[in-house]
Amino acid sequence: MSTVATPASGRKPEVQKEDAMWLQKELINRNYAELARARAENRKVSATFVPGNLNELLMCFDFARSLPETNALQNGMRKKSGKFIMDAEREGQSEDVCTYVKADLGMMQGGEVGPTGEPLPRPDVLLLSYTGCFTFMKWFELIRHKYGCETVMLHVPYQGEGRIAPNMRDYVVRQLKESVIPTLERISGVKFDIDRLREYMKESAKAEEDLVAVLQSAKNRPSPIDGYFGAVYYIGPIFTAFRGTPEATQYYRQLRGEIEERVRLGKGPVTPDGEMGEERYRLIVEGPPNWTSFRDFWKMFYDEGAVVVSSTYAKVGGLYDFGFRHDPDHPLESLAEYCLGCYTNLNLPSRVDMICRYIEEYQADGLLINSIKSCNSFSAGQLLILREVEKRTGKPAAFIETDLVDPRYFSAANVKNRLESYFQMVRQKRGAAVGAH
Amino acid sequence: MQQIVGRCQALFEDLDFGAVKAWKAAEPGRKAIGYMPVYVPRELVHAAGMLPVGILGGGDQLEVIQGDAYYQSYICRIPRSTIELGLTGRLDCLDGMLFPSICDVIRNLSGMWQLMFKDKYVRYFDVPQNYQDEVGGRFYVEELEVLRRDLGELRGAPIGDDELNASIAVYNENRRAIRELYAYRAARPWQAPTSEVYLVLRAGMVLPPEEHTRLVRDYLAATDAVSRPMRDNARIVINGSFCEQPPLSLIKSIELSGCYIVDDDFMLVTRWLLDDVPEDGKPLEELSRAFLHRSASTAAKYDARREDKGQFLLRQVKGAAAEGVVFAAPSFCDPALLERPMLQDVLAKHGVPYTAFKYAENTGQMAPIREQSGTFADSIKLWSAA
Ligand code: SF4
Ligand code: SF4
Repeated sequence: MSTVATPASGRKPEVQKEDAMWLQKELINRNYAELARARAENRKVSATFVPGNLNELLMCFDFARSLPETNALQNGMRKKSGKFIMDAEREGQSEDVCTYVKADLGMMQGGEVGPTGEPLPRPDVLLLSYTGCFTFMKWFELIRHKYGCETVMLHVPYQGEGRIAPNMRDYVVRQLKESVIPTLERISGVKFDIDRLREYMKESAKAEEDLVAVLQSAKNRPSPIDGYFGAVYYIGPIFTAFRGTPEATQYYRQLRGEIEERVRLGKGPVTPDGEMGEERYRLIVEGPPNWTSFRDFWKMFYDEGAVVVSSTYAKVGGLYDFGFRHDPDHPLESLAEYCLGCYTNLNLPSRVDMICRYIEEYQADGLLINSIKSCNSFSAGQLLILREVEKRTGKPAAFIETDLVDPRYFSAANVKNRLESYFQMVRQKRGAAVGAH
Repeated sequence: MQQIVGRCQALFEDLDFGAVKAWKAAEPGRKAIGYMPVYVPRELVHAAGMLPVGILGGGDQLEVIQGDAYYQSYICRIPRSTIELGLTGRLDCLDGMLFPSICDVIRNLSGMWQLMFKDKYVRYFDVPQNYQDEVGGRFYVEELEVLRRDLGELRGAPIGDDELNASIAVYNENRRAIRELYAYRAARPWQAPTSEVYLVLRAGMVLPPEEHTRLVRDYLAATDAVSRPMRDNARIVINGSFCEQPPLSLIKSIELSGCYIVDDDFMLVTRWLLDDVPEDGKPLEELSRAFLHRSASTAAKYDARREDKGQFLLRQVKGAAAEGVVFAAPSFCDPALLERPMLQDVLAKHGVPYTAFKYAENTGQMAPIREQSGTFADSIKLWSAA
């Protein structure tokens, strides 16, 4: 899973955006440019995953920072992933496995040209933060196997009991001290300075505060944002190479200002086709979006006046809305807690609790699950989530199936049909509720 | 011999776990703890006086009806048939379930179990992917400690070190017997066909380990006493079947197609620790050291160095004098399928031939698999004759 969307290059000019969205695009593109220049500037390059992304730590060693999931989704949005996936399958990858992995491997095979058309350097180090999904481990093993990149493992235990036990946190901290930090020092040639880390973490916490305010603005009626399709833009900088930078802090401050203004004016979200019309449905969405048909997918919602008021996907790279902030006073412990708390590192009962809480707090009409065919981490168990949530909240839930970046698995007609019958179900439920009063 | 294999076959087919029920009924207060395949420290369960029971899905005997409503079509079979076993009351004889750290499906299944079977003890059993004693080891000992405490509470008395050491000895003996069985099969595969060896191993999922050790040795003695015809088969290692098990007919088909299976990764829990665990030390630390430094490699484990990838499989190939590898993985199994290209690459570099296919625990159509492994066996024989 992952985050960070920028609109496809060369996209139609009429697409509407808030100012902060342009700033976001600029940030993301700037990171690609930095990566493209890294070799010429003699900079070392790291790659790591979005959940459990230790950006503050990587910055302490001056690494240029690449995120393969983000590359995959960017390539998906730019319609390049289909070919990469097939290339990887021709090289022996199974059709059954995560398409992010194949999109990434295919891109490397194809000469390592990044989504923006600039070259993406081969990483000097793969920081294998084993959070969120098992596939991460195999993914970086595959890259290491093929390209010989040095890999350092950060094993993050799963919250099987629905909480972070001290032993889990200590284990992550020990790995940071004994293995991750010394490896990063050696590869970068930069000595670790914990005060530098603290400074970055202070910045992170500021941005996190503003991000939470933005996401929670959806509690208003109408919601000024879309907490799924819109949120993928909002979470871009903070879940990737920018958390901890002053640019990210500034971005979130500006974004928050814009959104607060929208609340004041009673406005709904901005969509690629402009301001959304009347808010007719408020939904919670579980599961990542489809990237290859992202705009068509979103359109199916806003055309009907459906706004996603909150989504679990907007929490994949860190769950801030229940209070977690990076803590400069306890830097390593706080990094450990951050990794342990990512959404897909939560067990199923915690995921159900979270969704029920969202339905209540955001006064949503129901839950929609977008089940991703090649992502077991999200998908295995979602049918039970659906039932549990329906049972506990009495709100209707529905299920659609797509893929992340494999265009072969997006059937617009099927998705649209499902959505239409879901909206009908919501209306019926409402009617019934009114009748009961 | 027929009698032993027949008994194992009956245990294998009994999806109602009659053997577990009988064991529990023999003494009041006995408890049984289920676990999914791959690795869990069964020593702890045994030390608590409980029966560890391996749950390996429903095979091709179980019709999955309710379980299908819990899983989309693009998820492997084993969690759905395991849920089916649970929902149809077949696992009521278990007092708890352990879900080992294998993959995202099992992770989530542990949470589903918590939601669906609220009155049962459920634990996701995490294992370290960092193999330093002071880092992963400390985490692991602590995890073992939690399990030991939980099981102690479940039985109403804490588990002592001496009890644990005694259980370590029991499992050492069981692993020794299984090593003998594997060594025997590698040396004389016509005498110990894998379709039988597999059933003998499976019996260990429901029998107490002491009894299973005897059974393995009885089988060895019995099969050695009858001489069976030796064929000109290709010697192969099976890889990728460490979780969802292939149907027995698939194993038979591979053998019938002209292959001797001389090593495999079926029911890896029985062979996970590669040698004896000291029986007189601090038990949890000894178990931890064995896990970190002397355990089998599967796709569920991180290889700390690139050079390590595939070495375990290569050693299996060399150790059993195999001529090729058959990759047989469950459909939709991320760990096995993502691992496979790396293993294939290592094999190719070492000139070891291989072939690959997927199966499901309920695959019924064996003709294509038989044909593929037959062609593979023929090509091996052709090359070795050349
Ligand atoms: S399996 Fe899912 S969570 Fe894991 S990398 Fe792929 S998309 Fe992300
Ligand atoms: S068969 Fe593979 S994907 Fe399925 S539960 Fe087992 S290890 Fe996981």
